[in-house]
Amino acid sequence: MTFTIPIDNGDALKNAEADSQRTLYPYVTGTSIVAIKYKDGVLMASDMGGSYGSTLRYKNIERMKAIGKHSLLGASGEISDFQEILRYLDELVLNDNMWDDGNSLGPKEVHNYLTRVMYNRRNKFNPLWNTLVLGGVKNGESYLGMVSMIGVSFEDNHVATGFGNHLARPILRDEWHADLSFEEGVKLLEKCMRVLLYRDRSAINKLQIAKITEEGVTVSQPYSLKTFWEFKAFNNPTAGAEGSW
Amino acid sequence: MDLNLDAPHSMGTTIIGVTYNGGVVLGADSRTSTGMYVANRASDKITQLTDNAADSQVVSDYVRYFLHQHTIQLGQPATVKVSANLIRMLAYNNKNMLQTGLIVGGWDKYEGGKIYGIPLGGTVVEQPFAIGGSGSSYLYGFFDQAWKENMTKEEAEQLVVKAVSLAIARDGASGGVVRTVIINSEGVTRNFYPGDKLQLWHEELEPQNSLLDILNAAGPEPMAI
Repeated sequence: MTFTIPIDNGDALKNAEADSQRTLYPYVTGTSIVAIKYKDGVLMASDMGGSYGSTLRYKNIERMKAIGKHSLLGASGEISDFQEILRYLDELVLNDNMWDDGNSLGPKEVHNYLTRVMYNRRNKFNPLWNTLVLGGVKNGESYLGMVSMIGVSFEDNHVATGFGNHLARPILRDEWHADLSFEEGVKLLEKCMRVLLYRDRSAINKLQIAKITEEGVTVSQPYSLKTFWEFKAFNNPTAGAEGSW
Repeated sequence: MDLNLDAPHSMGTTIIGVTYNGGVVLGADSRTSTGMYVANRASDKITQLTDNAADSQVVSDYVRYFLHQHTIQLGQPATVKVSANLIRMLAYNNKNMLQTGLIVGGWDKYEGGKIYGIPLGGTVVEQPFAIGGSGSSYLYGFFDQAWKENMTKEEAEQLVVKAVSLAIARDGASGGVVRTVIINSEGVTRNFYPGDKLQLWHEELEPQNSLLDILNAAGPEPMAI
């Protein structure tokens, strides 16, 4: 149910903005999501931060959620839009269950639905300001895909959003291979998340790793990663050149 | 249009919501400014929670209307979560027009005391405590250090009063009196802490009636040459 406070933007013939609303910019945002396929399914990592501009305002936001029985959705970008997408998906899954026909929506179907939603909103110049990562397993087949706020959609063996595109992807390209074990997968994701922690200003040190297999979804408890600062060069970096940094 | 995406919008106020062992305490300053002028130095910003006076009045009026209907249909008082979600519905669907960050706090028999923060954009975040408004910038560090779980009602209210008072000390857009509202199973209690009864902070002096009183109290001292 939506309720829009009636507003008068003016005469729709003369005023270009009359009768239209659009999302102009995001307010509370989540940073990167990193996800990989592994032996038993898909692993996804995200931190629990919600930034408000440059302020790290919220530190307990879950940005990965289970969708139905077979999918896991991670989101970066505007959190209120992610919450709205979860409502749409709730309705989708509810209707799917009501058929009561033994069938349930798989990750491919959910990904397709999200792609259509995101692209249609983009066409109306009122995007849902998110980049979504959709992972899942159905009938033994793993699936991992991504949709951006402008409707760009694709599948791959490993995906990353936001800063993760620049920092995590190169690591994944080098070190991902088929049939990673759970331990190898978690270590790989943690490697990416640590780099993001060092280099992404909006990252916080409180993350969760979610796993989806044929059995279902588990989202880990929140935890923090150790960081390393003991390089000798960090100790007195300007010794040889006073005034530099 | 110059979009400085790193500068969150500030709203002239300080608002706080804190849960304690048994309910919630809400607090706010009382200054409403139009530009540099203080239009109202004793406003009440806690009416189902307000900060930007115009927008949040509209939102809270609509929510009150929906909540009344809901209560009639349900046959019992609405839960805090329902109120938060109604506000979310309005805040999210009108995100382009509304410039209001809200804190929703209350008590219901199912979940006890709850605080929901609803910043610009319409995100809903359930929190053990929430701060908002331009004055809140000065309080993040304070709460990081001073907050603890399971406070008593008195500790919680003192924390809120201290925090709003600290924000008033540094935020030009906040000022006046500190109003608090305590909500628990017993009901709603409103309190009022006038500006001159608050603790003094750094570089603040004890208020006097006149310089003359100071001069007369200590004997006149020879002026240093």
